[in-house]
Amino acid sequence: MQVELSVNGQRRSDEVEPRLLLVHYLREVCGLRAANVGCDTTSCGACTVLMKGPGEVGGGTSVKSCTVLTVQAAGQEVTTAEGLAVKGAGEAGGELHPVQAAFRQEHGLQCGFCTPGMVMAAVGLLSENPDPTEAEVREGLEGNFCRCTGYHNIVRAVLAAAAGIAGAGTAGTGTGTTGTAGTMRTAADGERTEVSA
Amino acid sequence: MIPAPFDYVAAESPVHALDLLDGLGDDAKLLAGGHSLLPMMKLRLAAPAVLIDIGRLTELIGIQAQGDELVIGAATPHAAVATSELARADAPLLAHSASLVGDPQIRHRGTIGGSLAHADPAADLPMALVALGGSVDVLGQAGTRNVAAEDFFTGFFETSLEPGELITAVRVPRRPGAPWGYQKFVRRANDWAIVGAATVDGRIALANMGPTPLRARAAEQALAGGASAAEAAELAADGTAPGEDVHADRDYRRHLARVLTRRALEHCT
Repeated sequence: MQVELSVNGQRRSDEVEPRLLLVHYLREVCGLRAANVGCDTTSCGACTVLMKGPGEVGGGTSVKSCTVLTVQAAGQEVTTAEGLAVKGAGEAGGELHPVQAAFRQEHGLQCGFCTPGMVMAAVGLLSENPDPTEAEVREGLEGNFCRCTGYHNIVRAVLAAAAGIAGAGTAGTGTGTTGTAGTMRTAADGERTEVSA
Repeated sequence: MIPAPFDYVAAESPVHALDLLDGLGDDAKLLAGGHSLLPMMKLRLAAPAVLIDIGRLTELIGIQAQGDELVIGAATPHAAVATSELARADAPLLAHSASLVGDPQIRHRGTIGGSLAHADPAADLPMALVALGGSVDVLGQAGTRNVAAEDFFTGFFETSLEPGELITAVRVPRRPGAPWGYQKFVRRANDWAIVGAATVDGRIALANMGPTPLRARAAEQALAGGASAAEAAELAADGTAPGEDVHADRDYRRHLARVLTRRALEHCT
């Protein structure tokens, strides 16, 4: 069936099978590979994206896209990690989202597989609770697993992002760290975005 | 994992959903947040021919006070129940239970009506509804009927919902200030209860001590008769025949029911 939605600010209309999971739609139809399929059982959070319904304020709430049908996202605005950067990350003058910048600054990742989901969960958390305690960050990220067990730096990154956003007053300036081509790199095919330490 | 193929219809109203159900019978399933149904479909434990989406029907979303009851729309997500000022003031056990379902992402999608219709005896909300003495509004071709929580859960993942019926709302008594307690024993964060215990104002309900959430009536009667929390809790497992699985055998579950009931009663807030 035909489904219309917005992905990273771009309106799309695609013919999909009702059973197509949102994560597969994002990866295979949209070519956006940030949302990963990890456990595929609503546990690990690697597929976390933001969804915002018509009339909702803010940037949307975090959802696990392995457990959402694409047809359920009809009429919604979906944001993946690719859509976070203020200007195209990896491009000249590109600027990371404050949460991405804080993950880079605090080395909030090891292998990087959980990172896009972790970042999206953190963005969702900070939109609901802009000034969380460390305990609130840990509980707020309970739906995201880091199998490298690099949680301490992830928590530090989210706290740094919260402090940076609060300090800067505007999203985009964050912790003062801006993205470089080495942090988020868009491959030549324009489809795959990777995070490397 | 990919679900088996199915047709999808977004219902335009609860009555439209009912009409769709009427024509499709057992081949159709209602979809709200999908956080119980979709995992089962991905595992091919469920393979409905048609999904009828009621998840975005605004008539089914929201929390309001009606007289001495709190009425929660069936498609209200757990996160909305958990953070509702009304729920936190008038039915804090319900808000607390909703805050413990899964994790934040799951609570953004999963709904109260969906969780109750799924009727997992280990889940948080069915136990909370029994402890609170709540009920569900069920819409069918003959109109709306109200079913008390204890009559709603009829077996392991079974309810008294008939084919062609849907839950429109959940009702709980407003009890601001009533003492309540909640205990859940899990081996892993975010997991279902190996055993759970919830208490409100002298009522006690248990999760995963049988095929449905149960009242611990012997313990309740002891409390009403003046027994201490510890004395009453010793009776919490009376009359129960819990199942056994890799997490716990029957004796261990009965032990947990006594310990968790004591803690729930002693840590009432």
